Amino acid sequence: MVPLNNKKRTVSGLYIVAALLLLGIGLFWGLTGGLQYLIPGFLKESLSFEKVRPLHVSSVVFWIILGAMGAVLTYLQQHTGRQIYSHLILKMQLLIFIFSIIAILISYCIGMFGGREYWEYPPLLALPITIGWIFFLINFIKSVKSFRKQPVYVWMWLTGIVFFLFTFLESYLWIFPYFRNNIVTDMTVQWKSYGSMVGSWNMLIYGSSIFLMDKINNNKTYSHSNIAFILYFTGLFNLMFNWGHHIYTLPTYAYIKHISYAVSMTELFILGRIILKWKSSVSIAKKNFHLAAYRFLIVADVWVFLTLLLALFMSIPGINLYTHGTHITVAHTMGATIGINSFLLLAIAFDILNDTCRSFVPYKKIFNNGYWLASISLLVFWISLIGAGIIKAKWQLSTPQTLFSDMMLKLRPFFIAFFIAGTAMTTGFLLIIYPLLKNQLLCYFKKNSKEKKITGYYPSATFRIE
Amino acid sequence: MAPEKLKHLIAATLVITFLYYSLHLYLSLPVKGIPVANGVQKGKKVWQQNNCTACHQIYGLGGYLGPDLTNSYTLRGPAYIKAFLQTGTEVMPNFHLNEQEIDALLAYLQNIDASGKADPRTFTINTNGTIEQ
Ligand code: HEC
Ligand code: HEM
Repeated sequence: MVPLNNKKRTVSGLYIVAALLLLGIGLFWGLTGGLQYLIPGFLKESLSFEKVRPLHVSSVVFWIILGAMGAVLTYLQQHTGRQIYSHLILKMQLLIFIFSIIAILISYCIGMFGGREYWEYPPLLALPITIGWIFFLINFIKSVKSFRKQPVYVWMWLTGIVFFLFTFLESYLWIFPYFRNNIVTDMTVQWKSYGSMVGSWNMLIYGSSIFLMDKINNNKTYSHSNIAFILYFTGLFNLMFNWGHHIYTLPTYAYIKHISYAVSMTELFILGRIILKWKSSVSIAKKNFHLAAYRFLIVADVWVFLTLLLALFMSIPGINLYTHGTHITVAHTMGATIGINSFLLLAIAFDILNDTCRSFVPYKKIFNNGYWLASISLLVFWISLIGAGIIKAKWQLSTPQTLFSDMMLKLRPFFIAFFIAGTAMTTGFLLIIYPLLKNQLLCYFKKNSKEKKITGYYPSATFRIE
Repeated sequence: MAPEKLKHLIAATLVITFLYYSLHLYLSLPVKGIPVANGVQKGKKVWQQNNCTACHQIYGLGGYLGPDLTNSYTLRGPAYIKAFLQTGTEVMPNFHLNEQEIDALLAYLQNIDASGKADPRTFTINTNGTIEQ
């Protein structure tokens, strides 16, 4: 076991710091967008919703992507017990992403759009992101060296990195007239890529959280077990073939929809397993509840269940007909990106950034308040979006149909609840992020922390909260 | 079979099937190579440059602050849409588009309208959960 030099490894920690900053920025834009729902015409002249929505969505998507990269790059070194293949590539990758993200956010502010949903910046900016991602791939493959007899999380990381690259490039096929000329064709390929892309970053995050779980339990039986691989292959199967559930109403090939419907239902297996394991999950949760990182793993588990349940319903075309185009879709998206992705990344952040010169213990109260505030308000946030979605779903299928603006007026109480819950959730998240960033900053200026040597297989114990 | 070999076999099967599925789709896209009027192309560009998708959906996909526009061309008619675009609304900004840009957008919306119907009321639900139009 080669001792790891802490200074070098903190470059991968910087990914997490940058990601946390983006989370803060994204939350701010989320609230601004929420206000625009409540106050028609709010900031219409300077920062209208077509700017605020991508500012929000891109900030939080890059929180997830940078966080996932930081998690993989850190845990990879802990897994192999070796330094990363190239520190130069590691640094360049981070710089490329930071500059690209800044350019992307500026392009939205000044109203320069590529205008594709989610990737709404000018397409030229996709180039540095692709290059940065290729760096990630090279550094990963060279660091792992041999892919024989690897635990499930290494498979997941490789899958996530390769498929993100594939689907990201695929989402730019529209720049060729062949793919763009017909709206149905264009949207088919667009949603093929988006559907699988989300699965790719989930692979990176789930893989990292399995690593973290093994680390907390101090054994690797799960990540080599058959069930871990069965769940991985079920996930991969869905990543590849379930994307058609986004486009059930699009007049594209029927076989795409039938395949997706059938494939999506295989996730019932995952749902069933969660239910069966409920009791033992609760008892393990109780045992580890004092660990900050573990607390986020628990709340994410609850959200895996809720999101999967909603997703399964929405994947049935007959039900999707109602939910599609309503805020139930937003509930699903934000439920998954906050409840699962963000909470898992926070678990990982507390583990990785714990390795500083300062303890988190003085922040126990702040942390506890933030944790409960974020967890509970997310539920209210989610339910209010579903409420708004149900009313819109009824409106969509009603004849005669009232005006769109009248329907939106009816949704107001739900949007008010959504905004209040969103404010509480933002406060909760900020309370959680605060100690993480403050300790990092203070330690950065304290020289001795940089020289600390790390030995042993699992360098940092996750901080205790009680 | 050794478990390691089995894993590789499953992974390889999935990856090959996925690549085949993707390639098959690219080569047999629903409507490929049909020449599209210039106005439509330009309209799509104006649509993207102004990020209309942040507030509007096409076939139910997009942002949710404004209405779905898939069939707005027949539903509202070109004159109504033109008026909307020239003035904006309480929520929708006035994009200060010129005459050609508005015409191009209209051609684009007409093209989308002709591609199919997004209204959920035009579908029927089968007992096995699938839908038909
Ligand atoms: C900031 C959000 C926003 C953006 C951006 C936006 N719209 Fe709108 N648009 C709306 C809202 C909200 C309505 C509904 C107004 C109402 O009913 O009072 C609307 C209505 C419309 C309508 C009338 C639809 C109907 O059925 O009544 C058309 C057409 C339209 N928008 C086209 C566009 C186009 C084209 C763009 C891009 C150039 C665009 N909009 C960008 C918010 C937006
Ligand atoms: C970690 C925190 C958050 C994450 C990861 C997140 C993620 C997302 C994502 C992925 C979307 C796109 C949804 C879709 O297209 O279906 C979205 C939309 C949105 N979010 Fe968030 N969000 C977060 C917090 C918030 C908060 C606190 C608010 C404040 C109320 C908010 C308000 C909105 C609004 C208004 C939209 C646009 C809905 C529309 O299209 O009309 N978000 N968010």
